[in-house]
Amino acid sequence: MAEAILEVRDLVKHFPLTQGIIVKKQIGAVKAVDGVSFDLYRGETLGIVGESGCGKSTVAKLLMNLERATSGQVLYKGEDITKLSGRALKAVRRNIQMVFQDPYTSLNPRMTVGDIIGEPFEIHPEVAPKGDRRRKVQDLLDVVGLNPEYINRYPHQFSGGQRQRIGIARGLALNPEIIICDEPVSALDVSVQAQVINLMGRLQKEFDLSYMFIAHDLSIVRHISDRVGVMYLGKMVEIGDDEQIYEHPTHPYTQALLSAVPVPDPESREHRERIILSGDVPSPANPPSGCRFRTRCWKAQDKCATEVPLLAVPERFKGADSPAAHESACHFAEEKDVVGAA
Amino acid sequence: MDTLLDVRDLHVEFRTRDGVAKAVNGVNYSVNAGETLAVLGESGSGKSVTAQAIMGILDSPPGHITRGRIFFQGADVLSLHREARRVLRGARMAMIFQDALSALNPVLSVGDQLGEMFVVHRGLSRRDARARAVELMDRVRIPAARQRVGDYPHQFSGGMRQRIMIAMAMALEPDLIIADEPTTALDVTVQAQVMELLAELQREMRMGLILITHDLGVVADVADKIAVMYAGRIVETAPVHQIYQRPAHPYTKGLLDSIPRLDQKGQELYAIKGLPPSLLRIPPGCPFHPRCPMAQEVCRTDEPPLYEVGPKRGSACHFWKETLGG
Repeated sequence: MAEAILEVRDLVKHFPLTQGIIVKKQIGAVKAVDGVSFDLYRGETLGIVGESGCGKSTVAKLLMNLERATSGQVLYKGEDITKLSGRALKAVRRNIQMVFQDPYTSLNPRMTVGDIIGEPFEIHPEVAPKGDRRRKVQDLLDVVGLNPEYINRYPHQFSGGQRQRIGIARGLALNPEIIICDEPVSALDVSVQAQVINLMGRLQKEFDLSYMFIAHDLSIVRHISDRVGVMYLGKMVEIGDDEQIYEHPTHPYTQALLSAVPVPDPESREHRERIILSGDVPSPANPPSGCRFRTRCWKAQDKCATEVPLLAVPERFKGADSPAAHESACHFAEEKDVVGAA
Repeated sequence: MDTLLDVRDLHVEFRTRDGVAKAVNGVNYSVNAGETLAVLGESGSGKSVTAQAIMGILDSPPGHITRGRIFFQGADVLSLHREARRVLRGARMAMIFQDALSALNPVLSVGDQLGEMFVVHRGLSRRDARARAVELMDRVRIPAARQRVGDYPHQFSGGMRQRIMIAMAMALEPDLIIADEPTTALDVTVQAQVMELLAELQREMRMGLILITHDLGVVADVADKIAVMYAGRIVETAPVHQIYQRPAHPYTKGLLDSIPRLDQKGQELYAIKGLPPSLLRIPPGCPFHPRCPMAQEVCRTDEPPLYEVGPKRGSACHFWKETLGG
């Protein structure tokens, strides 16, 4: 799993804040994504977790170039997506597809399922010749576990879970290499969530897909991901494989986030330490100096207000053959088991 | 302990253009003072409609209570006059809604909305009501309450808005609070804060609390007992610890198995096959039988009653013995 299919380098997106109606003056910027770097390897699932407003969905849009990056690079096979436009961009997007959160608003209610799933072929006619499309769409319906005879139905005739399957079929239509999933199951009921997650796991093996899986539910992310990145206020604060993040987290924010997740088992809860953070997430228009988490961190010291901690393997764990030796952006990184691993 | 609320054989249906949707079909539950009952279910299970019927805020039409009784502190509230129910609501039973932004009035300051409770129910002057609003905001730990009492809902974060909702529900120190998915719209770290606050205030004031949720995790450490709903029926009731260890209904068991666990990395998740039924066409017999791995002939024809399967435990499954054992 050494080959990086997508390399993200120092990605920045600032949304300008303006004042005035006729003469617009920029008075600041919402720093939605502020210097994020990571790699996505072929065939893996990279989970991105964080609370609302941390910039995880903006990252997804930047990877597709649906939003123009303020600075930084997204390298797909050595080519910088953020600089592309027109035909070249269209060609790259064929290989990077997206599945959206809300299956109720991401499907056009006036189009039949066949038209929705077949629409990618209109944009990239080279993938499927016209006469062949109907059969291809039916194959796709079959692949995602829907009856191919449903091709002429409309989205409202399907349940939430079935609609998300339609969204996934549309994402698969062009045989992409990468699928970016932005909260793909958070709108679904618990009993249906498991069905969709299992489907996504099966498709990954079948089509050798790389997933970027964005979610706020840490349990689901652990279940599906090989590696996990944790974001806070526009920054990646910790990244590592699932064991490193879930059983040996070293960043206090990751620890707090993990300890706050409700576990449906009162027995195991009694052995867990709960860290309840005070306060709310600060505004990304005016983030704290130094470490952005310091205003809610119980370990914060003067150094945290002045020096921005870099995302790197902490000095004390360097070279150590321990799962704690992974990248973490904290001056005082230390291991803490908060999950109570079973 | 004295029973605070007793719901008996409640039936609610919605008469719509497409037919009659049977949202609640014979629900029984009770809550004692100082006790927390968690009502668990997926969308369309009837958990919120039951709560609306208790509060008397059911949209009618199209909603109709066709059968059943609701006793609150011994009085049959369904037979009460509209005006008498309005006095109950807010003063003796209160509700916390899921989405605080749409439940609060955007053009009134939070101080006005909190104070209104005292003006209407207690006849306080505007100025005194304002002072009480500040006290309440302090109590739910909103920082700088005195400065923020004149702010509008959009000026608060999601967690703070939910605190204001809690403050409003607590204002008149009711005996019963119904919280309908109080933390679903919140982030996990904020969710933990809000749940802790709610549990603490409940202990302090010895209220009965009904916590409606779809999240098995949230209720695990605050609830005393759990009622699991499916297709408008209660399919399992149990004290909280037992249900997680030994569920007595295949639906509860399936739900527990289908959630990915933070502390365990599994391979394939167990998935309950199929979809929840349409309330317009609830399957005959046990409503869960089309999705149930244990279903047999009798499940298709006979609706199971809520069998007593242990002390304070009930399960509406013909094969509860096998479910508990296996």
